[in-house]
Amino acid sequence: MEGGGQEPDADRGTPLMSVAPGTTGSVAARLLRAARTARWFIRGVVGADAYERYLEHHARTHCELPPMTEREFWRDKTDAMERNPRSRCC
Amino acid sequence: MSEQATTVGEVRKIRTDPDLPPVAVEEPPNTSGPNKAIFAGIALLGALGWVMIAIVRGERVNAMWFVFAAVCSYIIAFRFYSRLIEYKILKPRDTRATPAELFENGKDFMPTDRRVLYGHHFAAIAGAGPLVGPVLAAQMGYLPGTIWIIVGVIFAGAVQDYMVMHLSIRRNGRSLGQMARDELGPIGGWAAILGVLSIMVILLAVLCIVVINALAESPWGVFSVAMTIPIAIFMGVYLRFLRPGRVSEVSLIGVALLLLAIVAGRYVAENPSLAATFTLSKPALAWWIIAYGFVASVLPVWLLLAPRDYLSTFMKVGTIVLLALGILFVRPVVQMPAVTEFASNGKGPAFAGSLFPFLFITIACGALSGFHALISSGTTPKLIEKESQARMMGYGGMLMESFVAIMAMVAAISIDQHLYFAMNSPAGVNGGTPEKAAAYLNALGLVSPGGTALPPVDPAYLAQAAKDVGEKSIIGRTGGAPTLAVGMSEIMQGVFGGAAWKSFWYHFAIMFEALFILTTVDAGTRVARFMFSDALGALGLKKFRDPSWTVGAWIATILVVGGWGSILVMGVNDPLGGINTLYPLFGIANQLLAAIALTVVFSVVMKKGLFTWAWIPGLPLVWDLAVTLSASYQKIFSSVPAIGYGAQRQRFIDAQEKGQVLAPATNKAQMEQVIFNSTVQLTLSILYALLVIVVVAVAIWVAVKAFRAGGLPTSEEPDTPSKIFAPKSFLPTQAEKEVLEEWKAAGKSPTPIGAHH
Repeated sequence: MEGGGQEPDADRGTPLMSVAPGTTGSVAARLLRAARTARWFIRGVVGADAYERYLEHHARTHCELPPMTEREFWRDKTDAMERNPRSRCC
Repeated sequence: MSEQATTVGEVRKIRTDPDLPPVAVEEPPNTSGPNKAIFAGIALLGALGWVMIAIVRGERVNAMWFVFAAVCSYIIAFRFYSRLIEYKILKPRDTRATPAELFENGKDFMPTDRRVLYGHHFAAIAGAGPLVGPVLAAQMGYLPGTIWIIVGVIFAGAVQDYMVMHLSIRRNGRSLGQMARDELGPIGGWAAILGVLSIMVILLAVLCIVVINALAESPWGVFSVAMTIPIAIFMGVYLRFLRPGRVSEVSLIGVALLLLAIVAGRYVAENPSLAATFTLSKPALAWWIIAYGFVASVLPVWLLLAPRDYLSTFMKVGTIVLLALGILFVRPVVQMPAVTEFASNGKGPAFAGSLFPFLFITIACGALSGFHALISSGTTPKLIEKESQARMMGYGGMLMESFVAIMAMVAAISIDQHLYFAMNSPAGVNGGTPEKAAAYLNALGLVSPGGTALPPVDPAYLAQAAKDVGEKSIIGRTGGAPTLAVGMSEIMQGVFGGAAWKSFWYHFAIMFEALFILTTVDAGTRVARFMFSDALGALGLKKFRDPSWTVGAWIATILVVGGWGSILVMGVNDPLGGINTLYPLFGIANQLLAAIALTVVFSVVMKKGLFTWAWIPGLPLVWDLAVTLSASYQKIFSSVPAIGYGAQRQRFIDAQEKGQVLAPATNKAQMEQVIFNSTVQLTLSILYALLVIVVVAVAIWVAVKAFRAGGLPTSEEPDTPSKIFAPKSFLPTQAEKEVLEEWKAAGKSPTPIGAHH
């Protein structure tokens, strides 16, 4: 599984906010890391990473049933919104 | 639960499971020398900002001082006041599992990275409200509104959001309505449900009037906003059938199409036959929006609502960042005086009534918004990793919203006053044409910030201003959105494109406001429909509780749309202008909801026996009650027809009996319209006032009972030990970094997020 829920910064290993000694790369490498962080943040805020996070949860909880496919997951998600709408503020 | 703590100095690292690294870090606030120096510096800069806008004033006040005063005040308040609330009242325990950890299901309950959740929470609370209220309030000058936005958020709005969120986290993520029922009993619970439902209805109606006032007689605006519907449907189909889950990809395509629709709008406006098709009157637009509201809320979510929500989140966050950068880059000079005469004489054209209480209900979102209590309870608690993060989410999130309100204020006060008052006075008052409006403006006696009289305005100037933004007329465009759009176009054209781009930026701003208002309309209609069905179910019509019963869903939808739709039609046909009469009701309803939320919080604090600190939620509660009750009192009993709905009604009834036609009505039918409207508004005012009184009575009763008993049990759920770890705020502290290292060394992931690596 690629990209997704992975978070590229200090909290979970990949240094970004605080660059550890010896890991400071070239300017290009730093830019790449910044772009990755931005992508991770935006995807998280919008909710684009929902499927990856679901798969991760499924794998971790050792569920007997196979996980939903990506298509099934998104259908299930919007159908759940149908039953349980979320309010938006004024 | 067996808690084991390792203490280093005063820092405690606490474990709940001997096999796991610590799950909580408790440490005293940083009081080192450099830290103190930094906060002293911030406080000084903030004080300088306040001095410049409140005391020095002068002929040229730069908008940058607003940014300094606001941001520095927020930082100080976050560091000290929110910390006080945390330390003395809420006492979060990170050894306790949050609902997100407890009920994690990979879908709606899921611990989410705090920084992502902050963005998520902000996107959910921010809407058109903080952009509209400050613009209307600017008629009283920049100072009263600015003070209320900043002081209000620190002592009221952010306190409410933070404390409600904490209570909901401790109660399995329950909603405000449920918490009100649990803590205040059935009467308080019903008052809360009625309050929430009625605020939804009035909110949707007023937001629709804002959109309509921006789009009426504007083919460019109507075309580009109408295009959002096919664009969203295309995105929905793309996500459902073509490439499921490619949310960012489809959102970027959507944003590109949206920009294209704005550019294309110019050609629609310039083409006579197309322009005629897309030129709609206010009543016609009202009926279109009502039809849209009904269809959109019964269509499948995936087709329209979900994709438009993605689009509106992108546009919302993007535009707010753009506006912030624009203000920093352009640094506009303020055109409005600090305080205008409308603050004291109550005769302002945008809304009637004096500063107290009407300013405080006009600026709701941005200072204190009861609606946030619905988001802070329910949604965010199901995603939060740690109890202590509620401070950055709830208090910090609201500070950000307040900053959006400050930016809207800056945009409104940096446009020419003639333009501001031409746009914000109802056409029935200013005459509607450039000539009449110029005469009206010149009679207003406007003065510059320094106090000198402004030179008279030429009608050609008003006509040219409309032409600059690609509109036929901008006179009488009340509701705040068009004013904000003009302000934003002035700021943004200074960064991108110059004067030729003014019309693009104007329609960009209109589109972005209309986009999230329309999203609120269909999401709000859905939410209100569910609440309504629930209420009907609770009253004995049990069948309504079954969500799969389509007939019931349709009936409830028709009733909800009928509710806001009838107020909307009433508003657009009102000869006095819908905003002028209805906006105060919207403000009162929103502040009423805040009163309910603060009452719940206050009762819990009293029940917990924290009597010495009950003033923290008590202060905003008393203030909010004073505001809503005195505003309601004036709306019901004032003898001034411009303010009191009752007096207005009586005046028109008397005139009608004598066979007279009173301005701004021009015929008998309009006379009847005014009488009907003021009757409905009077009834709603009385309803809101009664609800507030019921809530106060319940709060006093609960508080007295709790005080006598020296504390009472609350509906807080029992502790479940947490097994995850995450830092409290944006940046981890030294001790938190050490704990993260411990997790890494143990080969474990501190939270489920990113556990697969």
